[in-house]
Amino acid sequence: MTRLETLELIYLACAVSFIVALKGLSSPKWARQGNLIGAAGMLVAIATTFAWPGLHKIWLIVVGIVVGTAVAVPAARMVKMTAIPQMVAAFNGVGGGAAALVSLADFNMSHSSAGIGTSAAVLFSVLIGGVSFTGSAVTFAKLQELMTGRPVVLPRQRLLNTVLAVASLVFVIWGLAAGSMVAAVLLCLAALVFGVLFVLPVGGADVPVVISLLNAFTGLAVAASGAVLRMPLLIIAGTLVGASGTLLTQLMATAMGRPLTNILFGAITAKPTTAMVEGSTDRSVRTGTVDDVAILLAYARRVVVVPGYGLAVAQAQHTVHELAKLLEERGVEVSYGIHPVAGRMPGHMNVLLAEANVPYEQLQEMDEVNGRMGQTDVVLVVGANDVVNPAARDQPGSPIYGMPIIDADRAQQIVFMKRSMRPGFAGIDNALLYDAKTTMLFGDAKDTLGALVTAVKAA
Amino acid sequence: MTETTLGLLSIFVLSVFVGFEVISKVSPILHTPLMSGANAIHGVILVGSMIVLGTGRGAATTVLGFLAVVLATMNVVGGFVVTDRMLEMFKGRGGPRRQPVEPPAGGDQR
Repeated sequence: MTRLETLELIYLACAVSFIVALKGLSSPKWARQGNLIGAAGMLVAIATTFAWPGLHKIWLIVVGIVVGTAVAVPAARMVKMTAIPQMVAAFNGVGGGAAALVSLADFNMSHSSAGIGTSAAVLFSVLIGGVSFTGSAVTFAKLQELMTGRPVVLPRQRLLNTVLAVASLVFVIWGLAAGSMVAAVLLCLAALVFGVLFVLPVGGADVPVVISLLNAFTGLAVAASGAVLRMPLLIIAGTLVGASGTLLTQLMATAMGRPLTNILFGAITAKPTTAMVEGSTDRSVRTGTVDDVAILLAYARRVVVVPGYGLAVAQAQHTVHELAKLLEERGVEVSYGIHPVAGRMPGHMNVLLAEANVPYEQLQEMDEVNGRMGQTDVVLVVGANDVVNPAARDQPGSPIYGMPIIDADRAQQIVFMKRSMRPGFAGIDNALLYDAKTTMLFGDAKDTLGALVTAVKAA
Repeated sequence: MTETTLGLLSIFVLSVFVGFEVISKVSPILHTPLMSGANAIHGVILVGSMIVLGTGRGAATTVLGFLAVVLATMNVVGGFVVTDRMLEMFKGRGGPRRQPVEPPAGGDQR
């Protein structure tokens, strides 16, 4: 067996470890071990590569790895759990950038002799990797609130997009026909601009879908780089990630009840919508006091907490857990109903609640919690709105019609904690707010929950 | 680097199926760690970056390769560290080895 064959055998084992890592995520019990196995596989793959035949500039490689580690480790250790989505976006973007650079660097040496298949893989990797790099950077800026989270549409953006698309197509054909390095570099630049234009028009609450999509992009860019270098390890790993990103993107779009094209390009093609429910002006809401709600909760048998984006913004996950513990001590059965898109990315709410030490057995999925909604005394909606809007179920004309929701309206009582009467992200009215069973508690979620904790102790 | 194009294509197609099969079984509770973990896995581009830098010739290739190594390292190291931090928090209740979960360093705690 040659040295190269030995290396490839080791790489195969590493690829298997990545599959095991993903497999581990099917249960919270094995997830951490799985991830550690994947990390070990990665370490072996990197260490093995130092034995690659004819590898020079080892010191430079080591310097690069040290620099990258020195930047990434503090960032990854310090990041708050609420900021996970932008951190994922950042690490995803640099991966996409690396994939594009690898293909460019390889093409720089091989372009005169490259076949059309290799050229195609290079161009694909450069395009997708470049889009992922700048797209993730804009995503990061939006979520970190370095810029507005609202959709930004540049003047003449459609024209700009078209010009860019045509130019990219020209570069691709040029690159394929002539194996030209210049074309590849130009395509890379076009991809970098396109990444920005692609993400700017996406609104803050939809950005997580983009993270997931860009994750798939980076995976595919890595797989394409693997095709350029003819390395199965990169193809397998990149494709796994491509599959994961694609599935998650689909899942999020389904959970939002909107087609992907609408999420991505909605702001560009938008017509002004008038999605107000008729007669909403003459209806009144019932505002409760903290003490009323505390009594309601303290003497309930079963309470379901529906946390939303607002809970994450107010960073109230610890306080909500404190309240839940208090209620449990009084014999109330408490669980959390987690909508698939609660938080800032799929499953984000689970992470935030796990951080506050909420046992994951209490975190119930939408279907599970809906099944027992009829026997639920109080639903406490904290910082969520659209995910409990019955219009999604009952009003075929509503823009969110078809989105799966948590059936809070089927519980005995509903308590809404909101900062204001402002509608949720979808910008539509929620009839549940005006329901006779509904009590409103206005204010910052964390402050109000804190007051509730005090009041329940006294109740 | 003896693989034929057809061989590589076969690997790609089979990986698509393995990917969909494995990912569709992931618990929805863990979708965020999944995204982050998948993120770490595509950091394997570091291996490609090292080879391009280490076997390449010329200033341009060296610069591109070095940048790729730095970016890819950030991807892989950051990805696994963040994922591990998240998964550490997903410990079930009532397990025999349950220990009080330490708040993560720098995390939002009170």
